[in-house]
Amino acid sequence: MKPAPFTYLRPDSVGEAVAALSAHGGDARVLAGGQSLMAMLNLRLVEPSVLVDISRLEELRTIRLEGNMIEVGAAVTQAELLAWPELDEQAPFIARALPWVGHFQTRNRGTVCGSIAHADPSSELPLSLTLLGGEVVLRSASGERRLTAAQFQTGMLQTGRRADELITAVRFPAGVGANGAAFREVARRHGDFAIVSVGAVASGGGSVRIGVGGVTDTPRCIEIGAELSSVDVVERIGHLAWELGGYDDVHASARYRRDLVRRIAPKLIGEVRACSA
Amino acid sequence: MGAGRYADDMPVAAGTLHGAVVRSPHAHAMIRSIDTSKALALPGVHAVLTGEDVRALSDPFLVVLKQPIDQWALAVERVRHVGEAVALVVADDRYIAEDGADLIEVDYEPLPAVIDPREAVKADAPVLHPAAGGNELSVRDFVYGEPDKAFAQADRTVSLEVEYPRSSYTPMECFVVVANYLRGDESYDVLANFQGPFSIHPVMARALRVPGTKLRLRIPADSGGSFGIKLSVFPYIVLMALASKITGRPVKWVEDRLEHLQAANSCPNRVTKIEAAVEKDGRVTALRFDNLDDYGGYLRAPMPGPLYRMHGATTGAYDIRNLAMTNRVVLTNKMPAALVRGFGGPQLYLALERLMQRIAVELDLNPLDVIRRNLIPAGSFPYRTCAGALYDSGDYQLAIDTALGDGRLDDLLARREAARKQGRIYGIGFATVVEPGMSNMGYLSTILPAQVRERQGPKNGAVSMVTVNVDAVGTVSVTADLTVQGQGHATAISQIVADQLGIDPEDISINLELDTQKDQWSIAAGTYSCRFSPGTAVAAHIAAQRIRDKVARIAAKQLNTLVDDIVFGNGRVYSRSNPDNGAAFGRIAGTAHWSPVMMPDEDDPGLSEMAVWSPPELAPPTAKDEINTSLTYGFVFDMCGVEIDPVTMQVRVDRYVSMHDAGALINPLLAEGQIHGAFVQGLASALYEEITYDESGALETGTFAEYLVPTACEVPAVELLHIETPSPFTPLGAKGLAEGNCMSTPVCIANAVADALNVRDVPLPITPNRLNAIVAGAEPAPPPDLKAAAPAAAEVPADKDAITGAITGDGEVVVKADPAAIWDALLDPQSLKAIIPGCHAVEAVSENHYRAEVSLGVGPIRGRFTADVHLSDLVEHRAAKLSGTLSGPLGKAEGRGRVTLAGEGDSTRIGYTYGVDVGGKVASVGGRMIRRAAQLIIGEFFERLGRVATGGENGKAAAAADAAQPAAPAGTASDEAAADATPKTPPRETAPEAPSTGASSWLKRLFGDKS
Repeated sequence: MKPAPFTYLRPDSVGEAVAALSAHGGDARVLAGGQSLMAMLNLRLVEPSVLVDISRLEELRTIRLEGNMIEVGAAVTQAELLAWPELDEQAPFIARALPWVGHFQTRNRGTVCGSIAHADPSSELPLSLTLLGGEVVLRSASGERRLTAAQFQTGMLQTGRRADELITAVRFPAGVGANGAAFREVARRHGDFAIVSVGAVASGGGSVRIGVGGVTDTPRCIEIGAELSSVDVVERIGHLAWELGGYDDVHASARYRRDLVRRIAPKLIGEVRACSA
Repeated sequence: MGAGRYADDMPVAAGTLHGAVVRSPHAHAMIRSIDTSKALALPGVHAVLTGEDVRALSDPFLVVLKQPIDQWALAVERVRHVGEAVALVVADDRYIAEDGADLIEVDYEPLPAVIDPREAVKADAPVLHPAAGGNELSVRDFVYGEPDKAFAQADRTVSLEVEYPRSSYTPMECFVVVANYLRGDESYDVLANFQGPFSIHPVMARALRVPGTKLRLRIPADSGGSFGIKLSVFPYIVLMALASKITGRPVKWVEDRLEHLQAANSCPNRVTKIEAAVEKDGRVTALRFDNLDDYGGYLRAPMPGPLYRMHGATTGAYDIRNLAMTNRVVLTNKMPAALVRGFGGPQLYLALERLMQRIAVELDLNPLDVIRRNLIPAGSFPYRTCAGALYDSGDYQLAIDTALGDGRLDDLLARREAARKQGRIYGIGFATVVEPGMSNMGYLSTILPAQVRERQGPKNGAVSMVTVNVDAVGTVSVTADLTVQGQGHATAISQIVADQLGIDPEDISINLELDTQKDQWSIAAGTYSCRFSPGTAVAAHIAAQRIRDKVARIAAKQLNTLVDDIVFGNGRVYSRSNPDNGAAFGRIAGTAHWSPVMMPDEDDPGLSEMAVWSPPELAPPTAKDEINTSLTYGFVFDMCGVEIDPVTMQVRVDRYVSMHDAGALINPLLAEGQIHGAFVQGLASALYEEITYDESGALETGTFAEYLVPTACEVPAVELLHIETPSPFTPLGAKGLAEGNCMSTPVCIANAVADALNVRDVPLPITPNRLNAIVAGAEPAPPPDLKAAAPAAAEVPADKDAITGAITGDGEVVVKADPAAIWDALLDPQSLKAIIPGCHAVEAVSENHYRAEVSLGVGPIRGRFTADVHLSDLVEHRAAKLSGTLSGPLGKAEGRGRVTLAGEGDSTRIGYTYGVDVGGKVASVGGRMIRRAAQLIIGEFFERLGRVATGGENGKAAAAADAAQPAAPAGTASDEAAADATPKTPPRETAPEAPSTGASSWLKRLFGDKS
């Protein structure tokens, strides 16, 4: 279990990193925390010819409030975000979901942006990005652009990032969920990839926005209006379960995934409604 | 801490080369050819070994059964399981060796595989070893007492079929071998973390065609766990030895986790049909077993041990005098089974103790009453079971009463009552287990008919050997015939020896490295089957006693007193009657080195004693097939309460009590450690761990994300209790105790789940997914607008039977082009190049037969493959069948499918059905995503087909998706599909358990290159 040969680059600035990606494009992979990439390298599931290590770029190691957005730089680890003193107040949903990302040890290395970049269907951070309406900041030699969650995560492990682009940060709207946020995840063991994860936040006017991860290629969110009775909610979620369909894997059938959505989502909606009432 | 010396830590000679093993992606295939030229051309690669090299230089491994089921250190002619070693690349370092391994091209001819043992015994099953004539290698019937009569007279019978799954208790450290061929004397010097039994040493030496003395095997002082698994390093010892001979350099190989999970070891899975003749009060008068034990691709020595290790103890803790048993050994296309902690016990007790629970349910009795009415009476020990085991000691009633006492049972009952009142799902389970310690090396000969045994001569016993040395200044050192795996043997031995010699255990130096050229060992050496406490510990005790006796004689002469008057204590040797008359232990002992003239007449100088312990109770099987399978028989009684989460269906162990009688405990702290470890592994078998294969034989559990070892978070507290009824057959009174919970915990939890849900069949491991399938009932129907997305048998195309695969599905695309244009695109190699995702080149091999070089994957995951595609059954402009294979370093795929074209105005509806079997590395590590990935790639193929047919192949690049996702689990490529090709029905995959079919081979190659 040794990687195929590659060239290791550790640029000293974002500019250099972007230049490296411009030069090597699709032959390069960006290394931040390495919690998914290193395993894939060692299994030779990915064989880039160049690895661009951005983990020590201080300019990417910042968490800051900018207007009504929380911007998390690409070198910020999950543990660092979890320890950010304002997390509970500014991003109560992430404060609930983040402890479910991997394990204590992997969160010390794994980055917030890396998890989003990897676009695993069952990851908690892509679900957070979708649910909260965040955006991904990409930089290339030709400039910067921002993609919404839906624009960014296009499929299972697939994103809208172009080969010459570096994700420099991810931005979450501040304060979403302040009036109610809930997260639940089902996995075989503590820290495992979610079989199903469900998040919910109060989205104003009595509505609840609910997101489901792990069931299909990308996280999926819907709005549950205040006018829906609890019976309506069950029906709407039942519909959602079939919309998602779900997939079979070694741990769970699509049927079990749909059952989990049906059982968990209405509860979470009820919890958030109770909070925001 | 941190100062252990593990095999991989040992310095190696300058110039040592490193090996990487090429493994089969196929469950069953013939090897047509192996092209090693590209690997050999890689700088730094020194040699490549294939099965033919191994066949030329070595002999097949000896097997227990006289059957033509040869196995070498590398596959010869045929592979029989995914992960089987096919070639070895030897290079300057492991990186280069793996680069070389990726360049080995093996041409396989796939064969049908058989995975389910029930299928494997059928007449039309694919046969793994054609020379053996079938997959069922041994069938033996055993009858003890008069079971038929008892069944005829019984009030009623209760029966059950259970299946024990495949699992393996993965050690933290994988296999390590460093082999060095010594040209000087044409011998092999091998360092490996082999665990024994050393009955396998002659197997290795025979394979290498050398006498045992020319295979020096050295085992390091530390090993990172084993649990039986490290027996199975032995084929690699032979392989690396041959590699060293070929290269003239030492060769080192360290198994990685993927290799380990693919091919190291597994317990046999077993299907047991069990039946009891029962009286009205629950008393069992007879038992019938039909055991079908599945050993995977090969029967490796000492298999089929698990089927016979418990033989004498088949009736467990019960006084049942009538027993009929059929033992069947079967091979399937899975990794070979071998030693795993528990070794036959978990399989036996899953059947027996589930049956006892069923008897209680079916007779409406209290399960504890059923257990109690059948227990072997206290006071009847030593007790000879009907199958020949001689249970040394025990008081099962006392053990159970003690476990239930102090309010423990009342508490469990109250918890269940309270939970059920609140509508929660709660159950209680019990399990009663007799735990064997130190196996009779002759037990496996029970598989042979008595006449054959008589011809071959008796096999029996279990020899233990320990040497105690005292040096010139009186410091004590010990070597022993065991291998270290972290059990605390050194602590226990020093304690036993110190007790005899009156010195501080800390002052005793224990060296548990083992060197077959310099240390004492027998075929029983090693660490397995709980042989330490009843075996090696006894030998240590005897050797220390002999040293003590000799030192006492020396002291008596020097101190002018009688031997009986000599006492050892506090580091001194002195007269009991006059304690001042004495000297330091070292001073008296040193006499044996410094002053032979002062030795007693009957003693030689020097102070070193090797003791051999071989208990007489371990007799060979009798003519009636009675066998005392082990020396000691401990007792375990477990009870637990479990609660099942109605949302997730996860089983939570609420309270767990485990009572043990392991005779006299040598070291209570070490005993608790062993029991805790066995409990965690028993819990793993109950709820988490399983090695799974899909129906094509692809291994699905190649990483720890699929093979789920419970972590500290998953392990509940366990309350341990002990009583001690010392064994009369071992001088220390101690019994084995390290496997009991591997046997009791899976079935105890299964019984609790059966109680909670009131069900008869409880599949292991008890996963939430499985419980949901049992409990959840029919699924709510999909809403009318989504009917198409729901799996429905009625939608299965008529020809679906023709298309099979582990991954199946179908889909359709509507394209604005006429069928002829699409047809032409499909048959034109240049168009195919644009259609096949990631295709670099297409070559027409013959009419309707193409070969393509493709780079396929999902997201960043990508592999290079060679695709071989056939089109057949062509109905012009209407339909075709496709079949083909993909192969590359990441694995292989075989698929078959059908495509239909139907003109609709100016459009064509392309329908496709496929079945794909994906194997090798990508299937083993991609468990979570492989099905979806195959679906995506296949979907992309057809969308590209649509684009090419409409001349739009360079259409939209994969860019940002629409904000709204497609409603159904649909194609990734929807953004590319543009207006010309609109996916109407999302590609859909049938659940694996559904009647499956539909597949297309080439489709698999469709692992599309999307980024």
